[in-house]
Amino acid sequence: MSLPSKDMMAALAVTRFGLGARPGEIETARRDPRGALIGQIDGRGADQPQDNPETSAQRFVAMRAYQELRREARDDGDPKTVVVQQANRAIREKAAGDFLARARLGAGTPDGFRERWALFWANHFTVSGTKELTAVMVGPFEQEVIRPHAFGRFEDMLVASTTHPAMLTYLDQAQSVGPGSLAGARSGRRGLNENLAREILELHTIGIEAGYSQTDVTEFARALTGFSVGRETEDRAGQFVFRENIHEPGARTLLGKTYRDDEIGQGLAVLKDLAAHPATARHIAFKIARHFVADDPPPALVARLEQSFLKSGGRLDRVARTLVEAPEAWEPAATKFKTPYEFLISSWRLIGAQPSAYERITVPLIGLGQRGFSPPSPKGWSDMAGEWCSPDGLIKRLQWSQAFAAVVADRLDPNQAAVAALGARLTAPTAQAVARAETRSEAVALLLMSPEFQRR
Amino acid sequence: MTDCPMMNRRRVLASAAGLGLSVTFLGRPALADTDSALDKRKLVVVICRGGMDGLSVSPPVGDADYQGLRRGIAYKPEDVLKLDGTFGLHPALTSVHALALQGQARIAPAVATPDRARSHFEAQDVLESGSAQVYATTSGWLNRALEALPASRKAQGLYVGATTPLILRGKVQAASWSPGKGVDETARLPTLLQDLYRTDPLMGPAFARGLETESMAQAAMTAMAPPVGPDGQAAPGMMAPGVGGRGGRDAARKLGATLAGFMVQDGGPRIAAISLDGWDTHAGQAGQINTRLTYLDAVLSGLNTGLGDEWKNTVVVTVTEFGRTARVNGTNGTDHGTASTALVLGGALKPGGIIGDWPGLAQPALFENRDLAPTLDMRSLFKGLLADHMGVDRAALEARVFASSADARAVTGLV
Repeated sequence: MSLPSKDMMAALAVTRFGLGARPGEIETARRDPRGALIGQIDGRGADQPQDNPETSAQRFVAMRAYQELRREARDDGDPKTVVVQQANRAIREKAAGDFLARARLGAGTPDGFRERWALFWANHFTVSGTKELTAVMVGPFEQEVIRPHAFGRFEDMLVASTTHPAMLTYLDQAQSVGPGSLAGARSGRRGLNENLAREILELHTIGIEAGYSQTDVTEFARALTGFSVGRETEDRAGQFVFRENIHEPGARTLLGKTYRDDEIGQGLAVLKDLAAHPATARHIAFKIARHFVADDPPPALVARLEQSFLKSGGRLDRVARTLVEAPEAWEPAATKFKTPYEFLISSWRLIGAQPSAYERITVPLIGLGQRGFSPPSPKGWSDMAGEWCSPDGLIKRLQWSQAFAAVVADRLDPNQAAVAALGARLTAPTAQAVARAETRSEAVALLLMSPEFQRR
Repeated sequence: MTDCPMMNRRRVLASAAGLGLSVTFLGRPALADTDSALDKRKLVVVICRGGMDGLSVSPPVGDADYQGLRRGIAYKPEDVLKLDGTFGLHPALTSVHALALQGQARIAPAVATPDRARSHFEAQDVLESGSAQVYATTSGWLNRALEALPASRKAQGLYVGATTPLILRGKVQAASWSPGKGVDETARLPTLLQDLYRTDPLMGPAFARGLETESMAQAAMTAMAPPVGPDGQAAPGMMAPGVGGRGGRDAARKLGATLAGFMVQDGGPRIAAISLDGWDTHAGQAGQINTRLTYLDAVLSGLNTGLGDEWKNTVVVTVTEFGRTARVNGTNGTDHGTASTALVLGGALKPGGIIGDWPGLAQPALFENRDLAPTLDMRSLFKGLLADHMGVDRAALEARVFASSADARAVTGLV
């Protein structure tokens, strides 16, 4: 398989693997397009959006304090006091700040591939603000779980995710009680919750194609009992704790293997085996290829990524390098359709700016069906063009593009901006439409809405 | 339905054709109806994503095993809105109950897709694609139904929301819409863009349909003001699960009314789908489901009132990817299960009791000693509605809309 020209590769490196071109970026990548991407793979992890950010434990405690305040106000028959409303706003602003910081990093970074790679994993291990307690920990989850391990070992990221308060609350693990445990036997009412166990198997590791039974799910859920979060009254408030008194005693058998009772070690042993399972390599290889290259990815590319994952023992830096080195990833035809977040971020990159306020990005994202930090299910955001390229989605993108262009067009030369944003990917019809536009702002809106800017 | 002109025509046809033929005719209302009646028929599918707990939607308070299985989250007979000796409706479903009392709402209490994996995503795929196996096709059954309608009765399909769900994806470009600022379809920019999209197989048709829908939106929106809430956020088409209380209910009602506003227009969509999220109630189920059912009831009520006179031509069906465990779990919630309740509503509906059989909740009757057992394949329900209500040709239904579904025989007599 032959590679396209250097010019084309430079455009693809920045727009397909990255988050879109900032001014001059495609030109810079031209010397060595692949090297420019490989240079972004960093064993220390992905960049952090914020210096000295609040931890998930701090957020957990803050949310509990707010919920307590709200409960007291309700009990007093006056749930909407100024104090409660202020506390509500303060805690919302924390999550909003996390999201804005992440968007600003995406719009400003020269290392777009590194950031895209982190976003892929954040979506793979989805935690969502659709649950109140989890909502304030989505940002910290990315900081503490995703970004440090983005180019590390998959197993480490899996364990970090499975022991993180955001995941433990989002998928109800923190409250799951072994029916035969001390606490379970005593209460007789509290018991197992299999939500996290099922989603780890189906979404995080081996995938449903691997074939497993309800018994496997239940056994895994039993093994995971005890994985919990410290209450606000405990020493490890808002941090991972293993609670022996709710752990289901006894050996567990799943996927044909028996795990002896080893308290926390039992669940961790299962996670280790799942991370190394060949089905996990296949599942993740397919998802990476689908996310970066094509909705129906070339099987040869999937096979390369799968081998890389297996041979390296799940080292994500190696897998990232394999992706960049695969000739199938450089097919010039751009079939991927940007998600709303990718579209907006790439628009700010086009003008060399960053969103200045939370509302600037979050309001359009809601309209486009991708509310910040709030995927509708643990499966995360869709990677399929058929989902995002909807009639309403395109109309909403047009509305936003017109408004954005009206504000920014004065500082741009639209013809130069088109070349800078798309490089060799710019087609003649789009270049012509931009050149013939009646106004600068019409030209910029056309560029933003052009097929090659919407796709990557 | 006792639509007089139609009955007269039917009678005339029957007498003219002789007794033998008339029996066949009357047994097949889809063929007996004239096109002019059929081309007013409307179908709305409400997809409740996350696994809606049927035993809370229509609690079987008369089933001897119900209280024991559900314990702390069971509803008492005096709390539910009574339907019959066995079933009630959840107390939040007041509008649905009012319709049920008029014979315009029924329940199918033990319905399921053919999928048994208890995975949200696999089950939603099967529910929306309408195939017997998961990931077998990339088009949705509502889209194939649009394709199968005869040229004389072509219908438009609409999804209310910013994205296109699988159920409406396929060869026919369905519309999608959610509240926003509005675009002038005659302006220069849209025209230029249509040129640029000419060779793009996805963007071209989607954009063209988006522009058409925009031109309808103004009329549809009269049912809902303001389109965007005062905080600039809680637009009805994209209700966040966090939107609570009265505001959420009003937004949900407006969502239903706006969808109706599209459907009552000349040439407006006659097949529509909407999704409501947030049904995955693994913990603390009672409060969550009360909120979600309040919204669902409001959406259905908005549709009912918004459709006005057209309600008599409409059937609405609410479905979910799977039901939940028959027993309460350890966290006052329920885990992924199998059969659930479908609500079937509409002025076109014939009055009647439950749709499908009730398997009961006795332990041997449970599916894998865990879930409510399915007695009705969801495809049977859909096939029945598409054939009898929308007049989709039966052969096309079996061959293309629901391929390999011979074992799921259409439910007849619903309309």
